[in-house]
Amino acid sequence: MNLEIPKKFRSLVNNAHQVAAGTFRPISRYYDRHEHERPRELDMLASILDGFNEGDPSNSAGAATTGANGEAGAEGVRNGSNMGVCLGAMELCYGDVALMLSLPRQGLGNAAISAVATDEQKQRFDGKWAAMAITEPGCGSDSGAIRTTARREGDEYVLNGEKIYVTAGERADCVVVWATLDPSMGKAAIKSFVVEWGTPGMELARLEKKLGIRASDTAAIHFQDCRVPAENLLGSPEIDTSKGFAGAMQTFDNTRPLVAAMAVGCGRAALERLKELLADHVNLDYDQPVDNGSAVEAEIYRMEAEWESAYWLTVRAAWMADNHQPNSVQASMCKAKAGRVGNWITLRCAELAGTLGYSEEELLEKWARDSKILDIFEGTQQIQNLIIARRLLGLSSSELR
Amino acid sequence: MARDAMGYALSALNHLAGSGVLDRLGVRRTAENISYYLSRSSFSAISTSARQFRNLNPLKRPQRLQAPGETRDLFDLNITDEQRMIRESVQEFAREVLRERGEAGDAEQGIAAGTLEQASELGLTLFAVPEALGGAATERSPVTSMLVAEDLAHGDMGQAIAILAPVSVANALTQWGSAHQQGTYLVEFAGDHPPVATIAVSEPAPLFDPLRPACTASRRGDHYVLKGTKSLVPLAAQAELFLVAAMTDDGPGVFIVEGGSEGLSVAADPAMGIRASGQGRLVLDGVKVPADNRLGAGDFDYRAFVDLGTLAWCSLAIGTSQAMLDYVIPYANERTAFGEPISHRQGVAFLISDMAIELDAMRMLTWRAVCRAEQGLPFRREAHLARTLVKDKAMGIGTNGVQVLGGHGYTHEYPVERWYRDLRATGIAFGGLHL
Repeated sequence: MNLEIPKKFRSLVNNAHQVAAGTFRPISRYYDRHEHERPRELDMLASILDGFNEGDPSNSAGAATTGANGEAGAEGVRNGSNMGVCLGAMELCYGDVALMLSLPRQGLGNAAISAVATDEQKQRFDGKWAAMAITEPGCGSDSGAIRTTARREGDEYVLNGEKIYVTAGERADCVVVWATLDPSMGKAAIKSFVVEWGTPGMELARLEKKLGIRASDTAAIHFQDCRVPAENLLGSPEIDTSKGFAGAMQTFDNTRPLVAAMAVGCGRAALERLKELLADHVNLDYDQPVDNGSAVEAEIYRMEAEWESAYWLTVRAAWMADNHQPNSVQASMCKAKAGRVGNWITLRCAELAGTLGYSEEELLEKWARDSKILDIFEGTQQIQNLIIARRLLGLSSSELR
Repeated sequence: MARDAMGYALSALNHLAGSGVLDRLGVRRTAENISYYLSRSSFSAISTSARQFRNLNPLKRPQRLQAPGETRDLFDLNITDEQRMIRESVQEFAREVLRERGEAGDAEQGIAAGTLEQASELGLTLFAVPEALGGAATERSPVTSMLVAEDLAHGDMGQAIAILAPVSVANALTQWGSAHQQGTYLVEFAGDHPPVATIAVSEPAPLFDPLRPACTASRRGDHYVLKGTKSLVPLAAQAELFLVAAMTDDGPGVFIVEGGSEGLSVAADPAMGIRASGQGRLVLDGVKVPADNRLGAGDFDYRAFVDLGTLAWCSLAIGTSQAMLDYVIPYANERTAFGEPISHRQGVAFLISDMAIELDAMRMLTWRAVCRAEQGLPFRREAHLARTLVKDKAMGIGTNGVQVLGGHGYTHEYPVERWYRDLRATGIAFGGLHL
């Protein structure tokens, strides 16, 4: 047993930290105020990150590399790309969650492609920025209720429906769209399709104005008789009711720890800044039992303890993915924990900093807005609880609804 | 609010009634005569002084053990095959013996002699003593101790403490003891009848801080004189050997005190839970201890000594919390209300999933701190954070576990009310144990 981050990730973490501090933070407030304006600074940065990815895929920080694995150490233990990606995301989101989400070619769609695409598909979509489109006006957390249809016609699928809350949906090169082959067949019929911008029948309906992560575009996209090559379907085209939703859902086992990592990074930003602001008011030497100090010291210790547990739950889930251990429950645990802890810490830090924390002079109020989405997307805390509870209690989705 | 006429009248009445009661019972108890009261009514000198501790084969230098194996530079949550085997036998013992006797240990405020004998077959004490001193240990692994504590507490926390207290003293002597201390005391733990031993750190005061004990140790020539009161001391009445934390001129230290020492007395101090640990109060009224019995050989780290105890409590809390989770799952599936199992309701199911999330959160912080301790890395921050999280979350699991069982959970028909009481020790206890 060893719970230290190996040295081999140091350069990755350091690079990501440099990006967070040097590139993201200086433009953080500007793009929060200028919602929907494309952060041009990120284009050059993305090229640099591509260079990192190509040079050392197992140690790169991009979402595109989740699912790949690092070299196995002695006795076959791996600390691979899932861990690396999470560590990178923690650092980048210490800088700015929305800018991290706007990094070209690092979208959640890329994670989906990486998780389930064939080698041929991986090659074909290499270098493309892929967003992920699951949610619809009539279905949020309930992915099984997807109404967007994909009808097979010759060598093509014809997509019809409306997708909302597509992160980086406008800026990405393509969108991974979840659609059903047959609405009467339930979850097993839901497949994902890579649809490239420019495909006739695909139209940007609007961009959302949001509580936070304003630097990240959130698109609503309309599909009307949109024809997609059959080979753009990810995974098996067969409707296998025995496997159910598993194929599509397995992406989440890799992406939920990634979103948890984002919450960990955002929470750390707030906690560190609060400590700086309170430097003259607190004595944080880890000496006194937590209840023996001042109320604000105790609160900071509690936040730090909660934060640290979210951090290690996230690393655990990523480690399990790297080592091919089934991790659905642990992925949901870290997502639920990090989501709520990140939100609590950022809100509490804004509060403890007084009007400074509430003012746009500091970034604390922004982080307190940004963190809320991390408790919602990629499955709300309540959905994670459902997943965990069903597994622990051995209940089906019809028994525990 | 100022007291009015009615307030004064009530207060006077209260005094009158109160003193009458006290007089009738003959237990008038004020700050001035409290020690008199305690010594007369319940404190007794420790009679278990039959054992003679002698340094028969003096060592040249203390025996220190290394952490197991070399640590590879990879994050790894796997345990070794050896740890897996130890866990299996400890888990079986906890399930078959400790769980069965949980209720009895709670009622009788102690662990059965037979249980201690069975526990000794696990060899925990022997594996705490270096081979060179007649024990069986070739390495020292706080991680293994942590897993053992977790598994024992899954059976029953109170009995786990009674079993682990002597092992903890051996652990501390192995890690910190001087050649003289190891030759005199640690060798005894490798014998057929290892001494009953325990660690006394906590004191009966609110907001107690283990780094600032009120108990004092004053140097007098080649002796220290110890004065003070210790509380929540496991096996207090039976122990033949104590490690006592006390403040000296140069900061807090730990002293090896033999049972039967003059000025040492003990009293039962039953508490809300962990009653099978036989916890009691220890009064040191000018106990003379040879200067050689101050624990350490130049490399003693008082803070680490305290933290390795705190992390043992965290491990126990994890084991008992796991027991709670494992218990409420089948209960919630079997108990029906409104025509279906209560587990089918999110209000119940989410209580249980949250218990599982926080339990693993506790585990990650505790494991991290103990791994660092084993590897010789600084771990005071990690131990502090682990305690801070564990004491809140473990009690949360305790109270929510009882909640799932509702009225059933409040009765002795089910073990959850005991676990609720046991888990409150987390956040209160210091010392007693040492990983």
